[in-house]
Amino acid sequence: MPTKIEKDSVTGHMTTGHEWDGLKELNQPLPKWWIYILFATIAFSAVYFVLYPSIPYFTGYYHGTLGYSQRDTVDKDVAAVVKQRSGYMDRIRTLSFADIEKDPQLNAVALTAGRITFANNCQPCHGAGGGGSPGYPALAAGNWLWGGKLADIQQTITFGIRSGLDDARQSLMPKFGAEGGLKPAEIEQVADYVMTLYGQTKGDTAAGQKIFADNCASCHGDHGEGKREFGAPRLAGKAHLYGDTREIVVAQITNPRMGVMPNWNTRFDTGMIKSLALYVHSLGGGE
Amino acid sequence: MSDTLALPRYNDAIIKKFVIATIFWGVVAFLVGVVIASQLAWPEMNLGLSFTNFGRLRPVHTSAAIFAFGGSALFGTSFYIVQRTCRVRLFGGEAIANFIFWGYQFFIVMAALSYVMGFSQGQEYAEPEWHLDLWLTVVWVTYAVVFIGTVLKREEPHIYVANWFFMAFILTIAVLHLGNNIAMPVSLFTAKSYNIASGVQNAMIQWWYGHNAVGFFLTAGFLGMMYYFIPKASGRPVYSYRISIVHFWSLVFMYIWAGPHHLHWTALPDWTQTLGMAFSIMLWMPSWGGMINGIMTLSGAWDKLRTDPGLRFSVTAVGFYGMATFEGPVMSIRDVNALSHYTDWGIGHVHSGALGWVAFITFGAMYYLVPVLWKREDLYSRKLASWHFWISTLGIVLYITSMWVAGIMQGLMWRAYDQFGFLQYSFAESVNAVHPYYVIRLLGGVLFLTGMLIMVYNLIMTVWSPSTDKRVTMPAGVALAGE
Repeated sequence: MPTKIEKDSVTGHMTTGHEWDGLKELNQPLPKWWIYILFATIAFSAVYFVLYPSIPYFTGYYHGTLGYSQRDTVDKDVAAVVKQRSGYMDRIRTLSFADIEKDPQLNAVALTAGRITFANNCQPCHGAGGGGSPGYPALAAGNWLWGGKLADIQQTITFGIRSGLDDARQSLMPKFGAEGGLKPAEIEQVADYVMTLYGQTKGDTAAGQKIFADNCASCHGDHGEGKREFGAPRLAGKAHLYGDTREIVVAQITNPRMGVMPNWNTRFDTGMIKSLALYVHSLGGGE
Repeated sequence: MSDTLALPRYNDAIIKKFVIATIFWGVVAFLVGVVIASQLAWPEMNLGLSFTNFGRLRPVHTSAAIFAFGGSALFGTSFYIVQRTCRVRLFGGEAIANFIFWGYQFFIVMAALSYVMGFSQGQEYAEPEWHLDLWLTVVWVTYAVVFIGTVLKREEPHIYVANWFFMAFILTIAVLHLGNNIAMPVSLFTAKSYNIASGVQNAMIQWWYGHNAVGFFLTAGFLGMMYYFIPKASGRPVYSYRISIVHFWSLVFMYIWAGPHHLHWTALPDWTQTLGMAFSIMLWMPSWGGMINGIMTLSGAWDKLRTDPGLRFSVTAVGFYGMATFEGPVMSIRDVNALSHYTDWGIGHVHSGALGWVAFITFGAMYYLVPVLWKREDLYSRKLASWHFWISTLGIVLYITSMWVAGIMQGLMWRAYDQFGFLQYSFAESVNAVHPYYVIRLLGGVLFLTGMLIMVYNLIMTVWSPSTDKRVTMPAGVALAGE
């Protein structure tokens, strides 16, 4: 029920005759370009619905005349990349480390693959370039717990450390405090002695030395030099996985932390794991 | 403006409350935004505390921006507009209106506290747990009753276009809120609940909700605001009633289908993704109908953009709206989305809408409303409002351009393969690469917040000016805009 249709003096168009709180509306037709583009997008969608998967039924859906499937698209992309890699990766998988290293181009491919795979999978714990962080060993420094030869590294990456697999690296340090092997005062004494091994404390630590010889030396070595066959870390050096303050040493003897590294054999094939081993070995600590 | 004030008494007290809440929550939302932007640039800014962690502050920012700032603005302006365009006082009386205000503010505060304390149901933009959802339902239904009640008892023969949009917004948000929050509490005495749907069904319901929160809360609601304040401030009739009708119905019909475009290249079935993409593309012109009507209404009054900073905000908002509603359909195309998805391009897109459209159209409304509601001759300073405009615009430009660059760079780095078929870049390298753009984005946010603080000062001074004091800083001889 338009009441007073007027001519707008600025545009020359008529109003609709409605008015609310002084607001009026012009009776402009729809802009041609606007309605045509709207129709064009609707037409595009109609064609798209015919070409691509679109309409669902109760037990499936209309697949479209192009036979498009997103899963196929991804599978094709992945297959193309695998194919592109396969020439190199097959050789890396089958050749020995020595033979790979003799072929500069193949070695370069392995290092390239190793670098990116390390950066996306290992770096969150082991740090960029294998620099390590508290609780996660540095890989570039040569302080190997389990061996720094290519085959050792491959073994560690494949099966992990305390990952639950039979072939995983295993070691167990007794909980000297929590399980009552040593009294708190004895733990303090042995901690003082351990700290002399890397020059943090001085003075008379004979009592601690005796406790060390009786309890620790069998795994960590008479002088704290570490034994890889047990996965027992070197204590006498500068690098300490969990830290070297007295508080941390006491805590580690009392109730040791024993980190876990996952096994990667379910995620990567042998060729990729060998590439990773070559990359890690190249970081500066390889043996 | 004097003729509007002379009409039958409207409930303006409630609108004043919502105006104050809008401005307060705007400062909070932008401030938290600046904090979390700095956390993304420098992780130390997380401060090592669970309460100040990015994961908890991020929903505080989004909820403060969308629901506290945007929501308060929508409540306030919708109540202002519906009373005036229906020529009746708000339905339901003072007490119910006050219940809506305080009930909603209570919801916001409780929601923010719950996020900071670590509660979330993990549905984006619907993080509050079940007990707060129930409370919001009560408040929202009351809002619907008051708004629709006011429309029903109107003294005008027709329903003004702004009210169509407000009603679409209120009804659809009610449906979305209920649909996305069907959850089973672990017990009546815990805040934790689990959504009825799981896996990809849950994702689909979430993005049906999430996309239409954008479509109906941040688009339809604010179009309602636009349809009042632009013709009002420019003194011009709405450009085309026919566009209003066609774009209203096409917008509300098409928006509701577009959600699946948030789940391209996921476990969502191909046909559902097709649906989401096609409807997003068809949504382009319905969205632009609002832009045409907003901008073309200025025909014959373009000069007011020079003198009325509030109108300048509103019209620029419509420009950003047009840009974002073109960018959206483009990003919904499957192959474009393969590049843009999960990158900062999405963050840039949502902020060209949130800052450029939602915040700017709200600023325009606030600059209009405060002098009218507090019966002041004019703003304390149009010059300061101009400063606000330019500083904020610069902030938005820095924000969205840095996020475009960062997002496209991320997308390209993530898909780059070397000549042997291995990824060229690690994820960490892509994080490193966008750092400078995160700093630029932070600067954009700081500028936007600065503009907001200028507005706060300007509006407080406007309210504190005596109504007879014509403290106008415009050069002599420049006509005042207004009715």
